[in-house]
Order: sequence, then structure tokens, then C-alpha cells
Amino acid sequence: MAEAKTNRIGLTLADYQGSKSTLCAGCGHNAISERLLGAMFELGIKPERVAKLSGIGCSSKSPAYFMSRAHSFNTLHGRMPSVATGALLANRTLIALGVSGDGDTASIGIGQFIHLVRRNLPLVYVIEDNGVYGLTKGQFSATADLGSTLKTGVANELPPIDTCLLALQLGATFVGRSFSGDKKQLSAMLKAAIAHRGTAVLDVISPCVAFNDHEGSTKSYAYTKDHEEPLHELSFVPVFEDIGVEYDPGTTVDVRLHDGSRLQLHKLEESYDPRDKVRGMVRVLEAHAKGQVLTGVLYVNTETPTLLEQLGMSERPLATLRAEEVRPPRSVLDEVMRSLR
Amino acid sequence: MATVVNDVSLQVATVNGSGSQSANTVLLRTIFQMGVPVSGKNLFPSNIAGLPTWYTIRANKDGWVGRKKEIDVLVAMNPESAKEDVANLRPGSAVVFDEPLGLASQRSDLAFYPVPFDKVVQPIGGDAKTKKLLRNMAYVGVVAQLYELEMPEVERAIGKQFSKKAKALELNLAVARAGFEFARTNLKKNDPFTIRRLDKNQGKIIIDGNSAAALGAMFGGVTVVTWYPITPSTSLVESLIGYMKQYRLGPDGKATFAILQAEDELAAIGMVIGAGWAGARAMTATAGPGISLMGEFVGLGYFAEVPAVIWDVQRVGPSTGLPTRTSQGDVLSVAFLSHGDTRHILLFPATVEECFRFGWEAFDIAEQFQTPVFVLSDLDLGMNNWMSEPFSYPEQPIRRGKVLSKEDLDRLGGFERYRDVDGDGVGYRTLPGTDHPAAAYFARGTGHNEKAQYSERSDDWERNLARLTRKLDNARAALPAPLLEGQGAPVGIIAYGSSHHAVLEAREQLQKEKGVETDYLRVRAYPFSREVEGFVKAHERVYVVEQNRDGQLGSLLRLDLTAELVSRLRSVAHIPGLPLDARSVTEEVASREGR
Repeated sequence: MAEAKTNRIGLTLADYQGSKSTLCAGCGHNAISERLLGAMFELGIKPERVAKLSGIGCSSKSPAYFMSRAHSFNTLHGRMPSVATGALLANRTLIALGVSGDGDTASIGIGQFIHLVRRNLPLVYVIEDNGVYGLTKGQFSATADLGSTLKTGVANELPPIDTCLLALQLGATFVGRSFSGDKKQLSAMLKAAIAHRGTAVLDVISPCVAFNDHEGSTKSYAYTKDHEEPLHELSFVPVFEDIGVEYDPGTTVDVRLHDGSRLQLHKLEESYDPRDKVRGMVRVLEAHAKGQVLTGVLYVNTETPTLLEQLGMSERPLATLRAEEVRPPRSVLDEVMRSLR
Repeated sequence: MATVVNDVSLQVATVNGSGSQSANTVLLRTIFQMGVPVSGKNLFPSNIAGLPTWYTIRANKDGWVGRKKEIDVLVAMNPESAKEDVANLRPGSAVVFDEPLGLASQRSDLAFYPVPFDKVVQPIGGDAKTKKLLRNMAYVGVVAQLYELEMPEVERAIGKQFSKKAKALELNLAVARAGFEFARTNLKKNDPFTIRRLDKNQGKIIIDGNSAAALGAMFGGVTVVTWYPITPSTSLVESLIGYMKQYRLGPDGKATFAILQAEDELAAIGMVIGAGWAGARAMTATAGPGISLMGEFVGLGYFAEVPAVIWDVQRVGPSTGLPTRTSQGDVLSVAFLSHGDTRHILLFPATVEECFRFGWEAFDIAEQFQTPVFVLSDLDLGMNNWMSEPFSYPEQPIRRGKVLSKEDLDRLGGFERYRDVDGDGVGYRTLPGTDHPAAAYFARGTGHNEKAQYSERSDDWERNLARLTRKLDNARAALPAPLLEGQGAPVGIIAYGSSHHAVLEAREQLQKEKGVETDYLRVRAYPFSREVEGFVKAHERVYVVEQNRDGQLGSLLRLDLTAELVSRLRSVAHIPGLPLDARSVTEEVASREGR
């Protein structure tokens, strides 16, 4: 029997597996889980270093279905950002992965989403976006497009919240949109997001086969496939593989990420620079007007410090500082008591 | 007229935002420095500037520091409230007032001391704004002269107040002296009250409960503090920020803590739960409205078994209520906060010393029982200044509870997060980031089995809930025990938190004035110690004194006691929004005892 392929830290893909998914067969979320564990495997990230965090909903169940060896917290509906913030304050060395959905992020959780992005918490925030509430059997979410219909034919009459546009405006330092059916692009984007230092918001269109995959839905497989408009082709070159394909500099933007990895964007669309936020926002709005699903890395900013860097904290995890480091000596209490006399 | 020495309640009526706080603190400190037991209570509006505010200083030779209902000396600086303030005084009281208010004609049974504060302040200098502020220190001088406060002590207290502002120090000293001189030359003492040096405050400190709680948290090794500003808890965290910046930087200058102002209380408690899960000693501080918002998350904390410390500095509800008034109105809602079969550990500090002690001990308890712990303070305890013995350094090392390390896992080979290995209801946990392939578990608010796997099975659910019940039951004996005073009386009193001070005084009034002997049990934690039941058994009638409408602690007692014992309980509940006073307790207990 052939030995299973190992990654650079000697683990096999099996070491990144989770429990069996209980989501519907064909659910986009399962494909995203596969891409996530694949990305972690290929990057050679030790599962024990990863903290998976989620809210409530189909999407938020999915952390159980990959990387069982990683610590995980399935929290409250729309409140994953605050739990993630606390966890990272406690242990800044964790590699944090937040998994959310469109209801979890854009409706009940939009306040926490906004403040997480504002703080540039170092976290990969994946929105598994299907435009619909699955667990409660098919109500519109706030990312459902105007005019998109339910199975019953009822049309959505409210404009959608575009989480990428919102993230751009709020100062997210890595913003991308992808499609659960676009294996290659999603893999590269996830790897780059994991290598990025700061909040990486990835809105991944992830069709709901049970409630939102019919004709008339703008979040179906068929619709997304037909309307996907990739901004560029993505390649991710990890720091430990110093052999990126060399492209003509005139056609490729090369972004060096925090850990030395490189994200290469081969231009399909002329003059798109992912470091130009305003252009990114304009392009998303243009795509909406044309009915396109614009995918790709919309924006990267590798300069802005993260929340954890701004707080002046110890480099070591606060959670495991020694007792004598966190309880001042008796002399300090004496000094304070004297000042209160 | 017989002189009344060292038993006086002095109230300063001003307008909020007028800068009277410094002057009032100087008065308080002066009396403290003279060795006379003293307390200060600020009754302030929910407003930035322009509404009436009252500061009451009580000096008492016997050490009673609870609120006294009656005012003996009024300093009337506020035209808005002056007439009503004067009308409320008992005959024989005294009024120092701003002369233009013309109060002297209002009543003939009071001693009036008119002081033209603008004129007293005029020669001192400073611009109009400064002069307005200085009027406050002028009444300090006047009061000092009338009530025999020692000027060197007044000057020392002013020195402490303005130690970092040389110019302000000079002006304030000058104006206090000018007030003193004015009184000496122009006022004729005509009331019985006076204050004279005692020796009762040797070695003592003055501090507010919120600062004491902050110090306690710092010495408890708090590492993550997330919060949303809300009166009356704000000063707890602000004080903590000050102490931590001074005393909790490592040798590399890096903070051994993180303090983050959240976007709301939902996020504040969410961060605490996330941090507690990841191994931090995490806390937040809030008040009633914040508690309401935190409900869902503390249910998660209870069920996923995450240590957390939540200070609830109680104010008056329901709803926005009276944001700057005190109460004990959150007891019931906090005990069962969140939906489903939820129950929490509560601690009830009664003194600033206990604010300090529970400040650190709450973390040990939270980690030992792997659950959120609420510390129920209140505005009176938290925001007012109290005398105290100096705080004692924690006598036990930091206890992190059952946490498995990498080495433990190497030895054990694995673990099951929610398995009751030791029979005490508390499982073993690991911290995220523990470098072992068997370290991870899946924390969740959904039904789970002992391995932390999703489960909807009835037997898993029942076993888990039974274990949680056992865990909290076991906590009874480990929490701060109730404190008993007195023995053998037929009448018992149960109280907790800041009601303590009024109850102590009321017991003496009941004994001396009404002939009612009482025993007193001060409850310090929930779930209740078994001693509480024993106390009720040992008394024919038990008055449960508290500062809310419905007798909330009494309701918790009723859940624990047999019907026969429940029939012995009587609720003495107060809700004026003002700190509890002894007289109210005495009169109510006496009347129900037929005295």
C-alpha cells in the first residue's frame, strides 16, 4: 500500500479531517470545508495551533466537519466575532478561523462583524453565503439579491447587503469574494488569507441545494457559474516554496504577505490593483449594476497593524503567563495601601 | 445647649458639574485624618451639569458609616433645591447658605449661617470660572470653623487633593483660609454639633468599592478585561486601567493584560467568554441594562463551562430606571440569567475589603468551577468612599482549576472534556493552543455528550444537566461562608451586600431603643451555604433585609427551604434609590415585632 502523502510537518491529509458532515449532500459549505482543510494541510499548519470559531446556522456547524485536532468553539448566533476577539486576546499565537453565514454575519451579527473588521483582528472570516436561512427552512437573508425568488416564487424586495463592500469601507485589510464551486480560486484565496496578518473577509457564494438552488435564485450554482466574473487568476506561493511561476510583470501583481508568502494576481482585467481600495469598491458596484458576481481578491493591505499589535501586549499568550507575572508582589499592595491613607 | 460631639450628618447641596467633589472629598478626608469614623455618599443625577446633587458626610464616633436619614447640617449652595432642602430639616438643625439665597426667613427653628461666597472668593483671584470652583472650597473653610475641624488637617487634605496642581493648590488653600476667617469674624455658632479628634482611624484607608474591586482583580491575575461604559460600573474599569498600566507591565515594558472597550455589552461578555475559553482570567463590569444584554452569552458560559467574572454594580431598574441611584435589584435575574435550566454563582461583597477580596477570589472560583461568576456590588458600595482596614495580600496562590497540559495529555493519552472523573461535577479542560494531538475539544452551546460531541440524546442531556446541578451544589461549601453575629436571639436578620452597614446599626438601635435582640447572618454567596438553612431553623422569625421591591434574595431562600421554614421569613425591602439607613430597618422590624 502506498504511503499517504505528508505535508512539510509530516502530517497526512487524514490528520486534517473532521467528523462526517451532516449538511445536505452537495451543500456548498462542504466544498468550502474541503478547501479549508486542504489549505491548512498544504500550508503545513499544525491543527493544534488553529482555533475554529463559528456562530449559529448551517455554516456554523461546519467547523465540526474538518480539522478535529483543532480547538473549536461553536458560539452564539451572530456573536462569533466577539468570542474570537476574546480568544485572540487570551492567546495571540492562535491561528484563528471564523466560519459564518450570511444570516449570521449580515443580519443578527452585523454589529459584531463591523467592529471586528474595524479592529483588524487577525482572523480569516469566511462567510458561507447562500442568501437564505437553511436551518429554519428557507427564509431570505440580508444578502439575498433584489428580485431573487424563493422556491415558492416569492421575490425578495429588499436590496442586499454586500459584505465585501461593507468590509472595504470599514477598513478590512484583506477582502475577497469567491465561489464554493471554484476550487482553484478558493484554495489560493484561502491560503493567502491564512498567510495574511489582519482581518481577511472572504465572502464565498455557497449555494444551498435544499432551499436556494432553483431557477430564479441568484445564489444558485447555475446562476453563479453563469455570472461569475473573475477579476484575475490567483496563485499563492507559500514562503517555504520559493518557486513561484514567473509572469510578465506587466500582467501580474505580486503581493508579499506578512510571512513572506506571495499572492500573485494574474491580470485578467486590465489596471486592477488590489491595493487600490477605492477602485475595488467601484468595481464591486459596477459588477452589481451589470448583474455580475465579481470574484477575486478585491483588496489587500499588508501595512495596517492588527488589534493585537496595537495593544502593547506581551508577545507570549496572556492565558499562560506564570502566576508571578500576573499577580504583583506584596510590596505593590503595600504601596497602594499607603497612598490611600 | 448640650454639645453633640462626633455624631453629625452634614449635607452639601450643589449643582452637578460645579466642581464640588474636590471640596467634599477634602471635608471627608479632614474628618478621617482627625481619627473620627466617617463616610461620604454622593447623591447625583444622570446628567453632566446643571442638576441638583447632594453629598452627605456622616461622622460618627461609634463607627456607624451607613446612611443616616436625618441631616444635621445643610450647606445650601443650590438655589434650585435650597427651599425644599431647608423645609425637610428637623428642628435644631443648622444651615450654612449662600447669602443671596435669603433662606434665614424660611424657618425659625434652625440655626442659619449666611455666607456671601462671592465676596469671600473675590480677593483670592482667578478668572470667573476659577472663582466659581473656589466657592466650594470656601464652604470647607466655613464648615471647618463652625464645627472645629482642624485647619492643619484641612490643609493636608487639600494638599493631597491637589498634589499635582501647584497653582490650584495655592488658590484652594487661600480660599479655605478665607472661608475660615469669614466664619470666625462674622458667624456666631448656634447649633450643638461639633467634631473633635479621636483615635479610631489608625492605619485605615479610604477607598471606593469600584477601585477596591479593580485592585482585587489586578491581584487576582486578571489578563483580559472587556467592557462597555455604564454607570455605576464605569469607574471600576477606569480605575483598573490606571492600576494595570502602573503595575502590570512586564520587564520588557509589555502589558501582561489586554483591556478593550467593546461596542456593547453583548460583545463585552462575548469577548470574556472567548478569552475564558482560551485560558485568560477574563472579566467585565456592568450594571442592570448590561446584565440584560449579557443573558444569552452567560447561558453559553454556563453550558459550555467557561470561566468568567462579571461585576454587576447594581443601580435602580427596571429599564433605564434611575441610573445614578443604588439598589440590589438584579439578584434574581442574575441568579438564573439566560433561558433554560441555568443557574449561576453569585458573590455579595458588603465592604470595600470584600470588593478587594472577591476581586481576586472570583477568578479562583470561576476557574475551579468552570463557570461564570457574578459579583454583585452596588452604586453605594462601588462609587462611594468607605473607610477600611488596609487590604490583605491574597493568602493563597492563584488556582487555575482543572487544566490539562501537554505533559498531562502525554501521560493520559487523551481526555473527555465533560466527563465527571472526580465525582465533583467538574470536568478537565484544555486550553486552545495546547500542543498535543488529543488536546482539542469542541466547545458548544448545543447539546453534547461527555466527549463534547454534538448530541440530541435524552440520556446525554439528562446526565449533563445532572452533573451541572451537582457542580453548583458542590460550590455551596467552597464559596465565601455566611458570617454570623449574635447567638440565641429568637429574631434573626439576614442581609447581604451594602445593606450590612445599616443592619449593624439597626441591631444596636433595636436592642437599645426597642428591646429587640437579634442575631444576624450576612450571606456572602449563592448557591447558599447549608448554614443559611440552619440559621433559619434556629430562629422563630427571620427578617430578610434588602434593597429591592420584591425581596429577591428572600425568593432564592424560599426555593431552598421547606414550607415550614419559609413561613418564618419576612421581607424588609427598601427601594428609595438611596443607600439603606438603619432607622428604616429598625422601625420596620420593631413594628412587626410589636414594639
